[in-house]
Amino acid sequence: MGYPHKPHPKETVLLSRYFGEADARTYKGWVKRGGYAALEQARAMEPARVVDIVKESGLRGRGGAGFPTGLKWSFMPKEKKKPHYLCVNADESEPGTFKDREIMRWTPHALLEGTAIAAHAIQAEVAYIYIRGEFTEPLAIMDKALTDARSAGVFGNLKIHLHRGAGAYICGEETALMNSIEGKRGNPRIKPPFPAAAGVFGMPTTINNVETLAAVPHILTKGAAWYKGLSLASPKSTGTKLFSVCGHVQHPANYEVTMGFPLKDLVYELCGGMRPGRTLKACIPGGSSVPILDRAETESCLLDYEGVVERGSMLGSGGVIVFDDSTDMVYQIMRLARFYAHESCAQCTQCREGTAWTTKILERILAGQGKTADLDLLLDLSENMTGKTICVLSDSCAAPVVSGIKKFRSEFEDYIAGRRKPVMVA
Amino acid sequence: MSDELINLTIDGVPVSVPKGTLVIEAAKQAGVLVPHYCYHPGLPVAGVCRMCLVEIEKQPKLAISCATQAAEGMVVNTQSAAAKSARTGVLEFLLINHPLDCPICDQAGECELQDFTFQEGRAGTRYSPDYPKRFNPVEDFGPDVLYVPNRCILCTRCVRFMEDVAQEPVLNVSERGDRAYIGVHPETRLDHPWAGNVVDLCPVGSLLSKDFLHKARAWELDKTASVCTGCSQGCNVTLDTRENVVVRVRPRPNLEVNRYFICDHGRMNYRWMNRGDRIEAPLVRRGGELHATDWQDAFERVTTMLRGAGPRVVALASPRASTEALFFARELFRGLDWTGAFQVVMGEEASLAGVPDLALRAERAPNGRGAELLGYGRDYAAALAAAESAAVVLVLDEPDIPVRTAGALIYAGTVLPERARDAEVVLPIVNVAEEDGCFVNRDGRVQRYAQAKPAPGMARPGWWVFSELGAALGHGEPVGSAAEAFERVAQAIDALRGLSYEQLGFLGKVAAAPVAV
Repeated sequence: MGYPHKPHPKETVLLSRYFGEADARTYKGWVKRGGYAALEQARAMEPARVVDIVKESGLRGRGGAGFPTGLKWSFMPKEKKKPHYLCVNADESEPGTFKDREIMRWTPHALLEGTAIAAHAIQAEVAYIYIRGEFTEPLAIMDKALTDARSAGVFGNLKIHLHRGAGAYICGEETALMNSIEGKRGNPRIKPPFPAAAGVFGMPTTINNVETLAAVPHILTKGAAWYKGLSLASPKSTGTKLFSVCGHVQHPANYEVTMGFPLKDLVYELCGGMRPGRTLKACIPGGSSVPILDRAETESCLLDYEGVVERGSMLGSGGVIVFDDSTDMVYQIMRLARFYAHESCAQCTQCREGTAWTTKILERILAGQGKTADLDLLLDLSENMTGKTICVLSDSCAAPVVSGIKKFRSEFEDYIAGRRKPVMVA
Repeated sequence: MSDELINLTIDGVPVSVPKGTLVIEAAKQAGVLVPHYCYHPGLPVAGVCRMCLVEIEKQPKLAISCATQAAEGMVVNTQSAAAKSARTGVLEFLLINHPLDCPICDQAGECELQDFTFQEGRAGTRYSPDYPKRFNPVEDFGPDVLYVPNRCILCTRCVRFMEDVAQEPVLNVSERGDRAYIGVHPETRLDHPWAGNVVDLCPVGSLLSKDFLHKARAWELDKTASVCTGCSQGCNVTLDTRENVVVRVRPRPNLEVNRYFICDHGRMNYRWMNRGDRIEAPLVRRGGELHATDWQDAFERVTTMLRGAGPRVVALASPRASTEALFFARELFRGLDWTGAFQVVMGEEASLAGVPDLALRAERAPNGRGAELLGYGRDYAAALAAAESAAVVLVLDEPDIPVRTAGALIYAGTVLPERARDAEVVLPIVNVAEEDGCFVNRDGRVQRYAQAKPAPGMARPGWWVFSELGAALGHGEPVGSAAEAFERVAQAIDALRGLSYEQLGFLGKVAAAPVAV
């Protein structure tokens, strides 16, 4: 895996400040850069105070749902009757997202420090960092960092375990992740009970994304008010966010910008715009699970939780997938559907059968065998797959299909009418 | 669950349920069966089939009624357009990979996929015939269970039964997405003594009983409430008969005894009910040989025998005989020096870990407790010894009779074992599938069973035979029905006092603490 780019002047480097500096991976190097000061600061405070500071900062979950982090922490029982657990979701598997990987590769101690602060805030004595199975390099780096920090004694009584996943996308869903940690099949659980009541091993649990926790030390050292000030548009979205940009741009990479940053600037300036002679066609702003934006929506979209919703999509994990005018949208949507069909855990009927059926219809359309009724059928199936299952994998399959048909219907119709050369999909 | 009651409205019907009740259960009280597959009251909630989606006022999304607790003031609508369309959607999804081979499927006629599709499914499929359906070969899961994966709707009832109820987790969901199927642990088989329940639990024809395979269509079966004769547990069962042949035994829910389950021993313990070599007429000894005769003649022979005999009589009874028969068999010898005993066959005990106090009991005696209540003892050896010098010995449906007696032998039974050919009189009686009666299980629970098929030839219920004989001996009026017979028992036996068939219903009642016998 390569080295990161030099920061663009329009970036706000906070989490990514030390990306590329090998020395920052070491315990000493991290301390030299001011590391673990925030942890010490937190340890001197009552846990409830730490929760309040994070609440005030306006920090929201960076894993996709955007739930206010401090509020989530405050759901943990105040009076501790059972062991409390912290789970760190490092199972970054959302297609188009590769920010947590970089945090773990370059600043493993940032995550460890954030983890230790969160554990203090929720009074957890055990933290599990659940790392995606394919992340062999980040795992090795995290392992080394954990060993070093542990021998330096920075965690006190807190036990931090690295748990390696086995490659299932669904294990990034918080309750499936907990089942996986417990050694069970990674199936999402019905909620309630919510993790704060009964999470991993049935105990009160908080689960946070890597990027969320990596931001926490900065909030403590620089203050909630400062963090809250990092906002270009909606006051409900604060801080910085890493956007993993991939697709048809000149410089695909991770870019860290302040919340509310225009998507247009991210694509055209930071990423250097389209390849020569190409124009922007569409963009998925928040990882493969969110609705697709067309060109106009992309160019007018502000990158924060509210801004993207205003354009009909979601900020999600911040995985920005950019498509230029050479893109076959039908093919792209089929690939996404196929991914979800492959990764469905098979619990809920709509998801198990719906994702596979959707894929078959899309494959047939691409093969030139589609029927006119197929598009309405896809929309109807998507309706049946949305909001009716235990987790949102089913909804995630439906989102690109629905938005794709809505915004690029003519491409589907071209295949069905035989105006476009069939694509045989393997 | 607590005593606190929650008031809610389901499809316009107000109901009050204990706190903690699930909406799907509350709906039953309102007379509404919410279609469902993965939910089963005897299993932990999975919430995976998504079939029981209902609309609840003030909730943004449809909710699954199997995982939603009733709340005060809740307004549930199971028939709203959104709820119905969601369920129709689920049915359509379930059917795209389902083979629609109902004409050759054992489950047809009692299939929940058929029923709910008929009730609220689409008339036709939108799944193109160009798309292949999932295909996996039939698998042999265990001694009595076949798995037909093509029909499986992955409700996971079987997986949860083995994991949480049998607590021997040999089944799992293997693979993901639409490739998923029920897998069996590679090094084990589905051979738990209670494994057969997965066949009943399966809402479709995916898990099949080899014993019942292609034996009958569900709509040809007559169903009769009965009690298992396999052991002293007294599990409630249903006898399924086809043209007067018992073809299947299935559990009948009774939360106090067997919940929703029966063991495989009990499930397979029915073939003897269909035996063809039955005694079809009373037999009396004449000129050293047994001759068929009518009841009148047989009764006369017995009454003559009893009137002229000495005072010592011994009764060797089967603990599978009805309480009513055992009672009147005892009454026959009123005023004589009577010894009654029964023999208990012992076997292996096999408990169902997830249900307290439920096991295949070592004592294979469905009515041992009833016999004890009526004064029959367990000292079979002593009774056999006493029989040698007794004036009259009555053997009640106990085929294993190593009895030697100087006196007269009366044999009342269903079949004629070799030793019974020494009898003076042979009285043909019916078996458990052919009469109404009751057993008392090991916990003192009195439970009724009903007649499932007609008796062969002239065979009559034991209580009828002995009450008629008693009347002939001048012991009062004979009884005309099993219910009347039980009334007499209840009048005479303190532990059963006050009970009646009506009171027992089909779930039974625990007898009062039995007085010392």
